[in-house]
Parts: sequence; C-alpha cells; structure tokens
Amino acid sequence: MARPLLLILQRIALVLVLATALIGGSAKAQSGPSVPDLVSRLAGADFNETERVVEALAASGDASVARLLEALGDGDLYYRRSDNAVFIATRGGEGYLLTDPLTGASAGEAGRREVAKVRVNNSLRRAVRAAIGTLTLRSPDPAIRIAAAQSVLKSGDPEAVEPLTEAIAAEQNDSVRAVMERARAAAILNSDASDAVKIDAVKTIAAKSSQDTRAILLAASNGASEALGSAISDAVRRVEGDLALWSAAQNVWYGLSLGSVLLLAAIGLAITFGVMGVINMAHGEMVMIGAYVTYVVQEIIRNHAPFLFDVSLLIALPLAFAIAGAVGMAIERGIIRFLYGRPLETLLATWGLSLILQQVVRSLFGPTNQEVGAPSWMSGAFELGGLTLTYGRVWIIVFALVVFAVLVLVLRHTSFGLQMRAVTQNRRMASSMGIRTNWTDALTFGLGSGIAGVAGVALSQIDNVSPNLGQSYIIDSFLVVVFGGVGNLWGTLVGALSLGVLNKFLEPYAGAVLGKILVLVFIILFIQKRPRGLFALKGRAVES
Amino acid sequence: MISGRFLRLTGTSGLILLACLLAAAIYVPVANQFIDPGSPFHVNTASVVVFGKYLCFAMLALSIDLVWGYCGILSLGHGAFFALGGYAMGMHLMREIGPRGVYGNPILPDFMVFLNWESLPWFWYGFDMFWFAMVMVVLVPGLLAFVFGFLAFRSRVTGVYLSIITQAMAFALMLAFFRNEMGFGGNNGLTDFKDVLGFDLQADSTRIGLYLLSIAALAVMFLICRAIVLSRLGKVLIAVRDAESRTRFIGYRVEHYKLFVFTVSAMMAGVAGALYVPQVGIINPGEFAPANSIEAVIWVAVGGRGTLVGAVIGGIGVNLAKSYFTGALPEIWLFALGGLFVVVTLFMPKGILGLISHWRRRQPPPEPAAETGAPSSTAAEERA
Repeated sequence: MARPLLLILQRIALVLVLATALIGGSAKAQSGPSVPDLVSRLAGADFNETERVVEALAASGDASVARLLEALGDGDLYYRRSDNAVFIATRGGEGYLLTDPLTGASAGEAGRREVAKVRVNNSLRRAVRAAIGTLTLRSPDPAIRIAAAQSVLKSGDPEAVEPLTEAIAAEQNDSVRAVMERARAAAILNSDASDAVKIDAVKTIAAKSSQDTRAILLAASNGASEALGSAISDAVRRVEGDLALWSAAQNVWYGLSLGSVLLLAAIGLAITFGVMGVINMAHGEMVMIGAYVTYVVQEIIRNHAPFLFDVSLLIALPLAFAIAGAVGMAIERGIIRFLYGRPLETLLATWGLSLILQQVVRSLFGPTNQEVGAPSWMSGAFELGGLTLTYGRVWIIVFALVVFAVLVLVLRHTSFGLQMRAVTQNRRMASSMGIRTNWTDALTFGLGSGIAGVAGVALSQIDNVSPNLGQSYIIDSFLVVVFGGVGNLWGTLVGALSLGVLNKFLEPYAGAVLGKILVLVFIILFIQKRPRGLFALKGRAVES
Repeated sequence: MISGRFLRLTGTSGLILLACLLAAAIYVPVANQFIDPGSPFHVNTASVVVFGKYLCFAMLALSIDLVWGYCGILSLGHGAFFALGGYAMGMHLMREIGPRGVYGNPILPDFMVFLNWESLPWFWYGFDMFWFAMVMVVLVPGLLAFVFGFLAFRSRVTGVYLSIITQAMAFALMLAFFRNEMGFGGNNGLTDFKDVLGFDLQADSTRIGLYLLSIAALAVMFLICRAIVLSRLGKVLIAVRDAESRTRFIGYRVEHYKLFVFTVSAMMAGVAGALYVPQVGIINPGEFAPANSIEAVIWVAVGGRGTLVGAVIGGIGVNLAKSYFTGALPEIWLFALGGLFVVVTLFMPKGILGLISHWRRRQPPPEPAAETGAPSSTAAEERA
C-alpha cells in the first residue's frame, strides 16, 4: 500500500518541483561539477559510476534534475552513441522520441540502433528514489518540502533517515522542520536503529495526535522489543485518549453548527410565536423566500456584474429582510389580525398560506433545486488542533449569533422593542398609552418574518434552494421554540444549540435518522415534564 | 318509539346523511354490475375504488371532528393513527401473499428476503391470522393514543402545544417507518397484495364488497360518535372544549375525558386506515407525513367543525375537488387547497354546514368575530 502512495506523492512533488523550476529558472550557483557535466557522465557509465552521479545530482539541490532521476528510475534514460548526449527516450516514430532530460524540450528522434540505455539495477533504483526524496526535501518551496516529508511519514521508508537528518539541519522553517522530524522518527521506527533511539522517535511521533500517528505506532509495535513495545503502547493510549477528546470536540462543533442552523430558522419564530403568540406555519416559507432572494441576487450579479459575486450575500441580506418582512406584514394585515385569540384557526390559515407561497415559488422558478454559489470567503477550511472547520459553517454560527444579539438589542433598547413588549403584555393598556397597537402588531410580525428571510440567505449556503426548503425547518423550529420556552429569546438560543449538540452526539451511536427520532421523542417527553419549556415565563399571563 | 329514538340519535342531518349513504350503497354496486358500460349512469370499478377511498377519508375526518369539534383537541397527528391501522392491515395482507411473492418465500415478505433477513421479526408474528390483525388495527393506534394522551393530558399540554407535539409524533413515526431496519418495508412500504380472506383484491366483487364495508363502517362510526356526543360524557366533552379550567374546577377529571375521546378517535382512524389499504393496494411511510394530517383537519373545517355530518361532507367533498383539480389543473390544486384553508378559517368558521343552516334560518349575517363561537371567546376570557 505505502509504496505506490509514496510514488504517487513523489510524482506530485515532482510536478511541483518542475513548475517552480520553470518559474524560478534553474540558474543556481553551484559548487563542484555543474549539472550538465554530471549528466554527461551517465553515458555508458557502470552501476557504481551512475550511483555516484545520482548522489551528486541529488546533492546539487537543483530541482530540474528531478525529471532526469525519475526517468532513470523508470529505465527511460538513454544516451546517443554518436556524441554521448543523454536523453529521455520514449518509443515512437521510427525508433525513439528524444527529450532533453533537464529542460524537457523535444530533441528530435533517433533510430533504434543509435541510442543505448543507461542501465539500472535494484540498488541503483533505491538510490534514485532516495535522491528524489532528498531533492524534494531541499526544494525551495516549503509546501513541497512538507509534502515530501509527509510522504516519508506515511511510508516510513528507513532509507529516508539520512536525507531527512540533513534536511532538518538545513531547514529554516519551523513548521516544515516539525513535519520533517516526525517523518524522520517514523523512518527510524522502521530502520534497524537501537531501542533507545526508537523510543525517542516514538516520543517525537506521539507529540501530535492523529489517526496517522496511531497507525504508524501500531505498525511499529509489530516485532518490537519489550521496552520499545511498552513505550509504544503507552504512546498509543495517550494518542487514543487525545483522539477521543478531539472527536468529542468535533461533535460539539458539528452540534453547534446544526444548532446555529436551528437557531436561524427558529429565531424569527421566537418573535412571531414566542412573543406575539401567533402560530405561523408559513414561517418556513419566509425562510424559503429569503433563500430565493439570494438566488435571484446571485443570478443578476452573474449576468451583469460578476465582480460583485463575493459580496452577493451582503447585498441579499437587506433585500431578503425587506421582502420577507413585507410579505409578513401583508400576511398579518390581510389574514392574521382577524384571527387573534384563535390560535388553532391561525395555524390552519397560515398552513394554507404556506401551500400557496410554495406553489407561487414553484410556478415562478420551477420545482427543481436552484444553484446558489458560495462566495470565496465562505469556501475552504482550516485546522484548529485536531478539528477541521469549514469557513462556511464558522460564518453561519457567527451570523446566527449576530442576528440573535441584534434582535435582543432591538427588543431591549429601542422604543419599537419597548412598544412591542408593551403590546404583547397588555394590549389595552398599551393602546391607552398612545401606542398604535395595530401597527406594532404588523411591524412585529414583519420583524419576525424579515429575520426568517435573513435566515434564508444563510441557509441557502448549506441547503438545497427549492420550494420545499421551508417545510423541512418548520417542525424543527417550532420544537426549538417550545423546548426553549415560549416568549423567551434566550430559551430559543439555548434550546437550539443544545438540541443541535444532542442530535450530533446521538448520531454516531444511533445513525442520523434514528438520532433525529430520538431527539423528537425526547422533546415530546420533555414537554410532558415541562409544558412551558426550559425557560418558562412565570406569572399569571402563563396560565391560559 | 324505536324510530323516534333513532331519529334523536342521528339528528335530522344525520338521518339525511345515512339515507345518502344507503342510497350510495345500493346504487353504486347496481350501476357497476347491471348498467351497461356505455350508459352515463354506469359506474366503473376504478370509480368504486375511488369512492371507497373517499369513505375512508370521511372516517378519518369523523374521528378528527370527534376530538377537535367536541373536545377542542386539535390533533395534527391523526394521519399517523390512520397509517398505523393501515400498516396493521398491510402486514396481514403481506402474510396472505405467502409463497406467491417474487421470491416465493412462504413466510418472509419479499422485502425481507431482499434485505437478506433470516427470520420474521417478532412484531410480525400473528399477523397471518385475520382476527389478530383486526385486533391490532384497533389496538396499536389506540395504545399509542392512550400512552401519548396520558402523558400529554396529565401534564396539561393543551392548545397549540398539543398540536405541535402531535405533529412531531407523526413526523418521528414517518422517519422511523422510512428506515429499512424497522422491518416495515422502508421507503416502499407494503404493497403487491394478492387477496384478503381468500377473496382476490383485484376482483370487482371484492372491491364492491370493500366499498360496502366502508359505507357500513362509516355509518357505524357516525352512530358511535353521535352516541358519544349526545351522552352525558359528550356534554362534559363540550364543556371541556369551551371552558377547560372551569370544568376542572367543577370537579370533573378533565384529562380522563380527553384521554377517552382521544383514544376512541385514534382507534376509529386506525379502522379507516385498515379499510383504506386493501382498496388502494399500498401503504408507505408517506402516509405519516404531517401535511396529510393537517389536510385532514381542513376537511373537517370545510364541512363544519363539531357537526360530525360536516366532517363526512368535508372529507368526501374536498377529496372530490382534489381529484378533479389534480387531474384537470394540477398547478391550481395547491392554490385551491391553500386558499381553502384561508377562506374557511376567515369567512366560514362553521364550514359548509354552518352556511347551510345559516341560509335556512335566513337570519342577518352575524359579525365574523361574534361567529367565532363560544369556545374561543371564553378561552380568550380565561386567558385574560
């Protein structure tokens, strides 16, 4: 397994080496015989001479010889009998097609009799491989050096100890040196070094916990002496402990990520349902509208102003808020205000509305999924310890928290928030204080719907944008709000995040679907225990 | 005397309904068997099956009306009870296939052979016996409703909270039945039925038989519901609907009444599902979808909540319209259905039956707000 992998990695490294060689040029001051001189010595050389040349070539550190070495290892290196010039030859035409081994430029053809092979045997092939390894380890590009070291780390090739030791001595870059030291340790474990050296190597390797580390150590424990064996099993235990910790952390991260999605979907509902007490089954469709606004904005940008693509989401946010909010206000003025005090009827009417909105979108955009792209700053991932975090998810978590914070601030510290709370707590009193309760209702509902639209912009990045987008969130959102406690934004936050984490912790044991079912059952049972949710409002208003 | 008591039991509109059902029970088989296929009065067998299906939906609507119309419990999970009854029936029909399946296994249904199962899961035992399956049709939904209702009503989960958790229950069941590991055929559900009690399901006579059985079941259920709502217990139910706390303070154990009516209603939904499955020939987890349950609620609302007759009218009428629209104008159907939800709740709080009685009395139209009826206004007072 390891060998082909090593070869593939070497090939990749080679290509990179060549690329940098072409860009940077191969003019590099050398001490000792120049590379072309060395190459010409290959013509008709015996095995020992060839090996000496290979070592000298590797020591030159000139990246352009990688192609030549590769060809030599594969047995594709020939020299012309007439002038002893060395070429890479492939079969074709009358005999062979020749290319210059250093520049890769075509050098015409040659008849079958005109060229002879530079002969290689197995020990020479090993030398060539080691030379290629050394060469990439000395590459000027740190990425290539890391790739080379990592290929050794995976293969544990004992012959790499020497070149790695030299490379480490010469290495200036700390992070590259760290990888190289681990690679050297892995190579030492496979070599016939003494136990003391190997135990040191085990320590070096176990310093970083990953699945690779565990695999290397387990492989090295085969046929190890007692002292080494116990050192290795200690290290493996520690690594496994670390891994379990990291995987738990990864689960928490996935859970927070799912929780932030739930939070986004539920937070608008926390306003319309939690604060106003209106059951809006069309809430999911507000999310869907937000997602479609994103789609339309991106389509326009693609066709008319591609340079704006990276800010398409920022443009879509206010638009989604405005459009979904306007639709929400229209719904409130048109339907819901006639149904205050009749929650079950509200539920049915808004459900009907959700069917209509879905069908409208289906008629306008078709029933299929629409493609919404991710801007460059949301794609990619980075590593944090043993965690792999994608930027998209990070941004969604940040975004959900920002939306939440803004909402809390609006409710607490603006006059609109004050009026809103006044109206929901005591409509008549608020009215006699001069608050236009009708408008407050409409604006509150618009705010909740607008936030749902904003959530749609974010969800368009991680979910399929289709007319059914909203339906998949509606039950979850209601459960989050009910679980967290109606009328309490903080409850929604805690509810969403804890349900997300709970879900992701159940998944490895129960599978995705069963995990979800268990969460649903848990919530159903939880509501039996605390019918008013985690953070129930206290007081007489609660008793209905 | 007996006819007088019967009239009291059915009520005038109920009597008309039963007469219509009787007429349909006589006319459809005759028209199917004896009237020339060319004649406009002929009813082809496909239509008989469709009518039978509507009758099952009417039963489902009836069971919802019993809990929603008379006890104020808006269950958005009745489709789950319907589907559970259907699955119990479907399991029996699967066992009836025996060695005639594609894989010819005399005991294991095809999908289990396909999944390389060695033996029958324990919960499939007994379903080869018809009587056992029939007991399960009633027992499984009833038991689920009893446990669910016991927990929910005991802790006084009411109103929209109850609606939401019943919906979550249906959703969880749907997800569960979609899993192959559950042993209910997963995504594909149960299908390819051959016969029931030895009668070929494809035969005209069996289909007419099932149709007649559905009519009979609907009539019996209607009478059971009427008996319940007219009894003393029914009066308490209405009291619970209109003023739950007050009823509790007077000394009634509200949760016992609710639990009783919820369980009975779930059993009725189960029977409806059991009659539905042999007629349509398939049951799959899609039947659990919360959307189905909500749609069933709107049938009741359209016909007239709290009237029983209205539920039957709504169940049949809305589905007739659905068949027509999805055939003729599929784009329009969801608009129409959605619009129905909005229009009915806003302008016809008492449904079609309310409109009819209103039109018969020729009274000046009351204010919509006043027409919301006693239940919600008292509920609102209580809240304040």
